[in-house]
Amino acid sequence: MPAFEGQNLACTRAGRRIFAALEFTVPEGGALILLGANGSGKSSLLRMLAGLLAPAGGALHWDGKAVEDDPEAFQDNICYIGHGNAIKAVLTVHENLAFWSKLYPPTASEGLEELLDRALETFSLTSLRDVPGRQLSSGQSRRLALARLVTSPARIWLLDEPSVGLDDVSLKRLETAIAEQRAEGGIVIAATHTPLDIPDAGLLQLQNFAPPAFDPEMLENSW
Amino acid sequence: MGTGSIIARDLKLALRQRSDAAMIVLFFVLTAALFPFGVGPEANQLATIAPGVIWVTALLAVLLSLERLFLADYEDGSLELMALSPVPLEFTVLAKVLAHWMTTGLPLIAAAPLIAILFNMPVDALPVLALAMLLGTPTLSLIGAIGAALTLGARRGGVLVPLLVLPLYIPTLIFGVSAVDAALLGFPVRPHLLLLAGILLISLVVSPLAGAAALRQANE
Repeated sequence: MPAFEGQNLACTRAGRRIFAALEFTVPEGGALILLGANGSGKSSLLRMLAGLLAPAGGALHWDGKAVEDDPEAFQDNICYIGHGNAIKAVLTVHENLAFWSKLYPPTASEGLEELLDRALETFSLTSLRDVPGRQLSSGQSRRLALARLVTSPARIWLLDEPSVGLDDVSLKRLETAIAEQRAEGGIVIAATHTPLDIPDAGLLQLQNFAPPAFDPEMLENSW
Repeated sequence: MGTGSIIARDLKLALRQRSDAAMIVLFFVLTAALFPFGVGPEANQLATIAPGVIWVTALLAVLLSLERLFLADYEDGSLELMALSPVPLEFTVLAKVLAHWMTTGLPLIAAAPLIAILFNMPVDALPVLALAMLLGTPTLSLIGAIGAALTLGARRGGVLVPLLVLPLYIPTLIFGVSAVDAALLGFPVRPHLLLLAGILLISLVVSPLAGAAALRQANE
């Protein structure tokens, strides 16, 4: 059974230890919600899982294999929604989404155009299809970024504050999309401050892995 | 296929923001047009300095355009997504450099004869000038991409890029000018063009590797 595991993970940013000895396991169809105050390392952990940030220690395992053995093969399993929405102001909603789905070739049997239409429909962007990116509100931009989830063939979704700026209807649609992904055996890992209704999701409190406020080793290194 | 869609996207972006590319060409022509006011309108003197003026201003124009190569994609998160995509980051760099050259290098080559005529440069040297620029300007984009990638996330990146990149532009400048000079004086131009081609081939290999490494660093 494919599962996504992190063992003894550590993260250091600009010489400062953010978290250490972090462990998690997400089974197939599972979900994990990252909790913690601002700066506790939620985004760093997600970037680490996506492969953008090298761990300062520890290892990741996917499907029983160490990720570092073949990072590129592992990245095909990832759909990462970060803080940036990656939307170009001069491209239309449809063009923006079409570019990203061409870059991450979908495996679905349906044609690209049908897939794009379905993705736009999922986050009620169909009426905005030909609107240039610069005219989108922040919530609409977020929805367009989330629409990439539908076109992506990835098994693991990494969501960094996915619900920022979303209205109630869009929030429900996001929750439905997450439930569908999990029903197909996918994995969802999300960092969020707003309540996101994901049934029986694991919770990971990042504060529990923060280094002690007074760290003799760090003090020694600073001499 | 992924690489092709990156080129198509960057060309489409440049086409919708035409004023950016137009500004670069305008800078090129206007800066070169200032020289006759500075050095005086003596026709023979202008013809002598023409190759140097064209190359130096072209080089500065490319330098001005480097910022838009990665910065916008870095700021809106696109660069992270490109790094995570199945397209190797090296090919992404190459695709973006190619699109950059097509939207700055090619227009500069097209505008160069205008300046050459303005400077009273003999028309027989124009084909060599075009050929030298055709071999030299891709190198400028390639080397510039390394500088642009390295300075992402740095404060005052715009000031750092010239410091990093200009020294590396000097070989292209030297052989680009000497090719045109050779044509004007009736010497063989082939060796100069071959050297330009050699520099291009080296940067074609080094730039994607170094650029991709710098982008990975910037994405951390």
